[in-house]
Amino acid sequence: MSDVSTQHAARSTQHFDSHGLTREQLLDIDYYLRLTRTLEERLVALFRQAKVIGGLFRSLGQEGESVAAAYALDYKQGDVVQPLIRNMGAILVAGAKPADIIKQYMAKGDSPTRGRELNIHFGHPARDGFIGQISMLGDMIPVMAGISLAGRMQKKSLVTLAFIGDGASSTGAFYEGMNFAAVQRLPMVVCLENNGYAYSTPTSRQTAARSLAEKAMAFGCASDTVDGNDVLATYGAVKRAVEHARAGGGVTLLEVVTFRMKGHAEHDNQSYVPPEVLEEWKAKDPVARYEKTLIDAGIAADFSEIQDRVRREVDAATDEAERSPMPRGEEAALGLYGGDGYWDA
Amino acid sequence: MPETTYIEAITQAMSEEMARDERVFLIGEDVGVYGGAFKTSAGLIDRFGPERVIDTPISEIAIVGAASGAALMGMRPIAEMQFIDFITCAYDILVNFTATSRYRVGSACPIVVRGPAGAGTHGGPFHSLSPEAMFMNRPGIKIVSPGTAYDAKGLLKAAIRDDDPVLFIENKYLYRRIKETLPDDDYVVPIGKANVRRKGKDLTIVTWGAMIYVADEAAEALAKDGVSVEVVDLRSIIPFDEEAILESVAKTNRVIILHEAPLTGGAGAEFAARIAEKAFDYLDAPVKRIASLDVPTPYSPPLEEYYLPNAAKVLAAARELLAY
Repeated sequence: MSDVSTQHAARSTQHFDSHGLTREQLLDIDYYLRLTRTLEERLVALFRQAKVIGGLFRSLGQEGESVAAAYALDYKQGDVVQPLIRNMGAILVAGAKPADIIKQYMAKGDSPTRGRELNIHFGHPARDGFIGQISMLGDMIPVMAGISLAGRMQKKSLVTLAFIGDGASSTGAFYEGMNFAAVQRLPMVVCLENNGYAYSTPTSRQTAARSLAEKAMAFGCASDTVDGNDVLATYGAVKRAVEHARAGGGVTLLEVVTFRMKGHAEHDNQSYVPPEVLEEWKAKDPVARYEKTLIDAGIAADFSEIQDRVRREVDAATDEAERSPMPRGEEAALGLYGGDGYWDA
Repeated sequence: MPETTYIEAITQAMSEEMARDERVFLIGEDVGVYGGAFKTSAGLIDRFGPERVIDTPISEIAIVGAASGAALMGMRPIAEMQFIDFITCAYDILVNFTATSRYRVGSACPIVVRGPAGAGTHGGPFHSLSPEAMFMNRPGIKIVSPGTAYDAKGLLKAAIRDDDPVLFIENKYLYRRIKETLPDDDYVVPIGKANVRRKGKDLTIVTWGAMIYVADEAAEALAKDGVSVEVVDLRSIIPFDEEAILESVAKTNRVIILHEAPLTGGAGAEFAARIAEKAFDYLDAPVKRIASLDVPTPYSPPLEEYYLPNAAKVLAAARELLAY
């Protein structure tokens, strides 16, 4: 028995590739994974108490790739990440505060958007290192191309990372933005998440392409495919693409294969997903898998300290958000143009 | 003094602003080496280089989207539509992303979208659009429509310096048809201010763009009959100079709103409603609108001529109001 365990541990250590991450960074990634999951679970509780005003969109099963991809950026150099609705983990890595996210969901007056916008639709690329999407899927690709273009014009060495889904990769804006970014060789990485479904529509009804990475052929840009439930593999693939972009190599389209473990939003019981498929993907849970990898590699023995810290932080954030005021109705008339100074105050 | 055409005024405004502020750049189809389909950007690539005069693939979404992303980062992009009709291809990103950016998330997105608009040049259904009304009901984007070379230059400079998105509607019929002597000094025409280009006391014509010349022609003809017409060139559609409209109506008590876009749901409907709400007591006759027919812009000259407003249509309306 002991021989087998020793052998197993040795083999794991041998195959463990940290992609240059230090022990502290490896544990930091676990912190963000746990923070994402715990914060979302808290939002579910608030949703059930009717304290979340709009819909609630879970990233269960996609926390790994969201955190890992965003972790490959260098925010000190001005890098910018643009999440989709299921990449809350990415903006936490970029520096978004859990209290701000809860306030957004609760439509509070002191949320980053002062109650004008929903969920994680917030952030300024130059100030925050992240920018929220709009709901017209695909539109953010040309916008991110423009952010990359401005970075180059301003002689910065920034790289941008855009998330896009299998569904949004059917839009014209996706093709037009990718094409422009590729022609301009902009420093941009696009994580095309193939999470099985766009609302209720399976990827097989979304595209006849054999893989989503294949779409890169149309743009003449680099492409790759990665297991999005393997945190370190995703980090490594995005890191390579970021380095390629920073070195002037242009755009990479990275297909991230993962699975959406919840419905489109909390109201959707995803009855259209075969239960055996969910079972299969449940066994590939990215957080459990990552933590097992760290244990097997001797990086950590357990994660209770991280989990305690996350729980404390989410509790404090919830308290802060609950105490926050709702906006005053008459503010709705302000802040359309710069002239009234609403946003300066 | 050398005279400047309407199109040269636009070129000058871009060139002077690019020289003044290195954040300003031009992005569009064929704007660089070729100098633009109408040669509006002729010479700019030689002066400012391909980094600031950017030729794009045929993609209005990429042009407006990239301009918007760059604007968030502090740049001052000018996005050219080869014909303003093609803004409809980027309508989504412009009204949903760019126009809402400040209101939704507090992020200024100061881009200028400009391009040749309007009919009268036999461009047919896809090269003749007057787009103002389709943006009026989507708050967050300012809309200007100059009718003179002076205003074209001054309003484009104001648009480039504005901290919010501006749709700059160029009337291509005027590009090389009008010439003016412009000041040598740097000047801007403030957005939101109308210009009373002709003073009068019997009837007001509220108009903008190329229609100001139709209004002038009708006013001249009426002057011969002893009727004094005031022509209010709005210049800005959003925000518009409500005060100037109401002041003129209070003085003349009769008003025609004249525009080149189709009648129904056109910008004139909004101005007519404002007059009805705020100057009803001053009116001696109903508010009258003269606009294009409610059909796509037809190609053949007789059809297009019938479709567009002209001085005769304005005169008929004016006589009806004066006899009311």
